[in-house]
Amino acid sequence: MNARLLVRALRDPGTVAQFGAGQWNALIAMARAERLIGTLALRIGDRPVPDAARPILADARLDAEREARQALWEADRAEAALKPLGVRVVLLKGTAYAAAGLKAGEGRFIGDLDILVPRDCMEAVEKHLMLAGWEWVKSDSYDDAYYRQWMHELPPMIHQERDRMIDVHHTILPLTARQRPDAGAMIADAISITDGLHILSPEDRVCHAVAHLLADGDLAGGLRNLWDVHCLLAEADPAALEARAARHGLSPHVRQARRMADALYGAGRERLTLWDRIVLARLLARNGWGKETRKGLRFAFYLRSHWLRMPPTMLARHLFTKWRKGHRPA
Amino acid sequence: MKHRITLRIGPATFRMGSAWPGPIRSLERLYADYPAPADGIADFTVRLEPVSLLRRWLRPSIFITGDHGLADAAPMSLAHGLLAAEMGMNLQMALGWRRHLLLHASSVEKDGRVLVMTGESGSGKSTLAAQLGERGWRLMGDEFALLDLETGTVLPFPRLVSLKNRAIDVIVAEVPAARMGPLLAGTAKGDIRHLAPRADAVARMDEGAPPALLLFPRFGHAPAIRPVGQGETFMRLTQASTNYVALGEPGFAALTRFVTQVPALAMDFPSGEEAIAMVERLWEQQR
Repeated sequence: MNARLLVRALRDPGTVAQFGAGQWNALIAMARAERLIGTLALRIGDRPVPDAARPILADARLDAEREARQALWEADRAEAALKPLGVRVVLLKGTAYAAAGLKAGEGRFIGDLDILVPRDCMEAVEKHLMLAGWEWVKSDSYDDAYYRQWMHELPPMIHQERDRMIDVHHTILPLTARQRPDAGAMIADAISITDGLHILSPEDRVCHAVAHLLADGDLAGGLRNLWDVHCLLAEADPAALEARAARHGLSPHVRQARRMADALYGAGRERLTLWDRIVLARLLARNGWGKETRKGLRFAFYLRSHWLRMPPTMLARHLFTKWRKGHRPA
Repeated sequence: MKHRITLRIGPATFRMGSAWPGPIRSLERLYADYPAPADGIADFTVRLEPVSLLRRWLRPSIFITGDHGLADAAPMSLAHGLLAAEMGMNLQMALGWRRHLLLHASSVEKDGRVLVMTGESGSGKSTLAAQLGERGWRLMGDEFALLDLETGTVLPFPRLVSLKNRAIDVIVAEVPAARMGPLLAGTAKGDIRHLAPRADAVARMDEGAPPALLLFPRFGHAPAIRPVGQGETFMRLTQASTNYVALGEPGFAALTRFVTQVPALAMDFPSGEEAIAMVERLWEQQR
């Protein structure tokens, strides 16, 4: 069994009416593991479900409401902390979707607060966040130096009282990645949603979600990220998106994400390439107990995630340093 | 997974999968009297997996996970498989349960009212609840008391009682062997043996009752009883609850009602026999 069961239920929630107990158990375990249980619960809505499934879905809806409430409060706190600077603060990912009431935000699990600010303001932003109670999570000097030199964000910070993390980005991909998205243009074209907070334009939202899914990382949690892309695509203008993707150097990624979103969550009309199918197999690698499957394939994508981020000699040095510190891939 | 069992304990149903038959067999024996889940849909999935491929066969080592898990959870020896299964269920409740306010407390019922006992591991709350459960009280649970968010009723969660170290001998002396699990020697918390609640307590596992008294027991001290103020009680119970923050306002309302309506006492005691006598006296005074 793979996660197609979950994908089908998200695409067409009416199909759960025919599910037996075994399928329900698998669906719930997979949805929790992929952090899509809140989204699933909202998709199923008031449709008839077995008595034992109803409270599980109701709990998931309540958890999602709390997630959104907490995320918006964190955004509000960050805005207050950064107000004196007068810089443009752009909310990214889950918090942005929740703040703007987008479909991608409905029921979505929201972990950290992600914000995008102009690169030349990073130092001032860091200082103001620390004044407002955020502090460093990582104490390891290699990790800290690594973030500052090569990453697209500051090392993660956590708020000392509220225990919530903030990721401060100055662009959307690591500086070592092959693509160089135009972060300045993203910030310049961001849309104001409150007094001090912005979100990306509809097309940039797609570009960011796609970059996050396909040009960075090992595709863990990819079903959720692809669901984001699927929802965000509906709000983007196709011609404007093509132009924007070209500007960010992400055209092939955006096209591939569109094909895959169509294959899993849409009508399934687009032709898939062999590479699309391999990525889809990775996304669906989970069984009815919620456990990841296809260890070899997952490990290959883990290696690829590093390959994408770094030139080979730098990668070798990085992996050796991490290995000496005792890090082993899951 | 290859070996599996579905258990219902009070309002929560668990689907457990294991890479080895041992833990499931222990569960089957000790949970034999529990009613079957109504329609087979579980609230939580628990998985007992080998830490690595090698550790399935060679010095088998269990990684406990499921819907909710801790990435840095310490692996456990297969010899402690029953404990791993119980911890797996606890983990799901602690991190995932939202339908009641969860208090890390034991609870027993008599005359339709509930005595709730909370405290750190080693305070004696489990042993005391197990002993009272053999002496005319109904054991409702030794780990979690579930507080109904609407009515304030305490609901049972009567999973196996986990007895540690010296408590094992005390209970073994008064309980038939069929209700005792295997001795799990040398766990992270010392020796552990599980006790299945009496059949009548299991049969009434859907039956809640209003709380009448909260105790903070403390084993190993001269007998003493002192009242605990509402402010202190509230703060200690927020720390004893794993889902207080996640529940938000309903959790606050439920805890406020509990603290304002239920008298709270700290009870120091030197021995189990003394503790039982003290509890019975306090219970008479509360009537």
